[in-house]
Amino acid sequence: MPNIKELDVNGARRRIDADPDRMLLSVLRDDLDLTGTKYGCGEGQCAACTVLLDGQPVKSCITRVGAAAGKRILTIEGLAPAGQLHPVQDAFLNADAMQCGWCTPGMILGAVALLKATPNPTEAQIVSGMNGHICRCGTYPRIVRAIQAAAGKGGSA
Amino acid sequence: MTRRDFLAALGGGITVLLVEDELFAQESGRGGGRQVSQEVSAWLHIGEDGMVTAYTGKVEVGQNARTSLTAAVAEELRVPVASVHFVMGDTDQTPYDGGTVGSQTSPRMFPQIRNAAATAREMLVDLAARKWNVERATVAIANGKVTTGSHSAGFGELTQGQKLLQTIPSNAAITPPAQWKVAGTSVAKVTGRDIVTGAHKYPYDIARPGMLHAKVLYPPQFGAKLASLDKSAAEAMPGVKVVHETLASPRAGFGADVVGVVAPHPDTASKALAALRAEWTPGTAESSSKDVFAYFKQNASGPATNGGLTTYTIAYIAHVPLEPRAAVAEWSGGKLTVWTGTQRPFGVRSELAEQFKLSEENVRVVMPDTGSGYGGKHNADAAMEAAILAKAVGQPVKRNWTREEEMTWAYYRPGALIEVGGKANPDGTIAAWEHHNYNGGSAALNTPYNVKGAREQVHQTKTPLRQGSYRCLAGTGNNFARECYMDELAHSVNLDPLEFRLKNASNDDRLVAVIQAAAEKFGWKNRRKTAGHGFGMSAGFEKGGHVATFAEVGVSAGAVKVLRVVEAFECGAVINPEHLRNQIEGAVAMGLGGALYERIDFAGGNITTNRLSRYRVPRFADMPAIESVLVDRRDLASAGAGECPIMGVAPAVANAIFDATGQRVRSLPMLPLGVGSSASGAV
Repeated sequence: MPNIKELDVNGARRRIDADPDRMLLSVLRDDLDLTGTKYGCGEGQCAACTVLLDGQPVKSCITRVGAAAGKRILTIEGLAPAGQLHPVQDAFLNADAMQCGWCTPGMILGAVALLKATPNPTEAQIVSGMNGHICRCGTYPRIVRAIQAAAGKGGSA
Repeated sequence: MTRRDFLAALGGGITVLLVEDELFAQESGRGGGRQVSQEVSAWLHIGEDGMVTAYTGKVEVGQNARTSLTAAVAEELRVPVASVHFVMGDTDQTPYDGGTVGSQTSPRMFPQIRNAAATAREMLVDLAARKWNVERATVAIANGKVTTGSHSAGFGELTQGQKLLQTIPSNAAITPPAQWKVAGTSVAKVTGRDIVTGAHKYPYDIARPGMLHAKVLYPPQFGAKLASLDKSAAEAMPGVKVVHETLASPRAGFGADVVGVVAPHPDTASKALAALRAEWTPGTAESSSKDVFAYFKQNASGPATNGGLTTYTIAYIAHVPLEPRAAVAEWSGGKLTVWTGTQRPFGVRSELAEQFKLSEENVRVVMPDTGSGYGGKHNADAAMEAAILAKAVGQPVKRNWTREEEMTWAYYRPGALIEVGGKANPDGTIAAWEHHNYNGGSAALNTPYNVKGAREQVHQTKTPLRQGSYRCLAGTGNNFARECYMDELAHSVNLDPLEFRLKNASNDDRLVAVIQAAAEKFGWKNRRKTAGHGFGMSAGFEKGGHVATFAEVGVSAGAVKVLRVVEAFECGAVINPEHLRNQIEGAVAMGLGGALYERIDFAGGNITTNRLSRYRVPRFADMPAIESVLVDRRDLASAGAGECPIMGVAPAVANAIFDATGQRVRSLPMLPLGVGSSASGAV
């Protein structure tokens, strides 16, 4: 397979020149300087690297860039393009749903996808939907509250 | 950088230097050319544009020190939070600081920053009184304006191009907590927006022009030594440079050989690392996670303890900061600058200065707000590697650790063997108490209860692994052993565990207060025991904080599910209620990991729990309902809250498991070995 030459990232066409077997996380961070997407484990265990591919959450540390080519990639930098925060971002701020914040971009994108699929999730649905994400600071209950609050305010938009 | 250089760089306006020693304050007023020194603990500058900038050597790792210290300045200067900028943990710009450790930011830096800001406020009042020729008492400061009668001016206008320097002792007039308007309220995280938008640049995200990426060759096991190295295949790769240097101070388990590969792209660096051909001489691995507790006892110095004590074991665990260690190093004109995630930027500066035989003023360490630490980012590991490689290749070098490296080559919370003994009198008082900790340390070693002649000791011994600080240090292990044994003593004289604690805590009204507050919120007196359910409690004191924790568990076929945790915490005057609750709840969540699952397994110098797929940390589904109770003592100085709240959950859960099953669990982690037989407790 030839090198990937272009990606659709946050609504813009970005020129790259990447071996299709490289991980999407590395291409986003190292080639495109989109460092809002975080490395946490490199084996899909923590979901800090979550981005959306055509609206579906993927762990970019185990997703080859070849699989992302031709799809719409949304990273945290693209969630509030005009400076107007997405309701999920607002909800995380209002619930103080972070401490160090390293897991936060992945959490927010995971929550956006969850609310898209399940606009009014129960607490159990939030827990099972988000269980792949690790917050080592332990703000899980606040993240659940943030997602509940966002669900009531168009978070699935 | 000298103080004179620094002050010159600040330009006009008001500068307040805060020193802890009054004698030094008087002297230093004349000696502006001194090295920015250890005696100055904080400073603050109000520019001619009215911008307020405060400086501290403390750092932000998620504990929200940046927000609490910003609130302190806003409080004393009567300005909006948004108009205060804080420079933290930059060794060229901020005062020396020993490290963001030991929950010391709130008890020490918070009052110092308030002092500096209060002094600046009083200087503004003086300036206004002189400018408008009015009594000081008529001058008011609010919302960033200085007013009297019909006069009004911004802070910057009052200084009129002058450069005013005030050096003060640490006893300036500060606003008492009872009158706080900003401090004491839930000021929102000042960097929150940058975090939710992904804009904040963590150490892992830092880039410099011309920067190269590095990987470092690690031994196959702890203690293995490099016997030979064939770097030809790696060196043949385009753009790759291989560096072999020596550490001045060898790193435990790693040794002194730093073999690194540097390349324009991280993927190339990874391929080059894989192309290195190294042979190793195995080390003599001592002990394993199976026999380490006997190893502690065998290698202990000092007199042996009496027999008949109850034994508790505490496993080595990893911090697992979600952002692994990271650094970017850049050399320019013989001076080194390193951006890195560390809780001790000045300590890292010293390590680097020693390695390169530089004076400390030729090393600058900058600490961007970092993706957590929990006591795990104290030293220069990544910074050292980046600096060595950057010097060798003559370009800026980035060295980001992988998760496996972080979990193998960082340091761990020490494992410990703890032995406790004691006896309760029939009236519920404590007749005797003995507590020995091997290898863990002294945090929370001393009982807070009324005991005469307690014998409490730390026994130095050998550690087979690299160990270091961890949130609350040995407090979790010591409090676990003590509070579990207290539960046993309560049962030995047929007293309710709550009643037994209250009876023996009567000399510490702060401890009594948190126990009562948590018991009430939990509904301890009205608890209804049903099959497979249990209730337990613990209490303790450490790092200026008093904590009481109540837990409810459900046990089914040996599997334990923690259902509810109520924790009351008192750390003096509450600086930020919402952030304090966040710390308490987060500590309970993190503490559940060490209580139930987390354990570093090792044998033959190999760490087998070196990834998140092999080392279980708490997740959403593991969370009980967590409720925090704040006991706000506005009459007492604020203590830190990052550590003490973690030590309550393990013993409360263990005692609840006993209540449910009649079995005492005396090892951390309690699962996956499980309650009852074999591995049935794994959940």
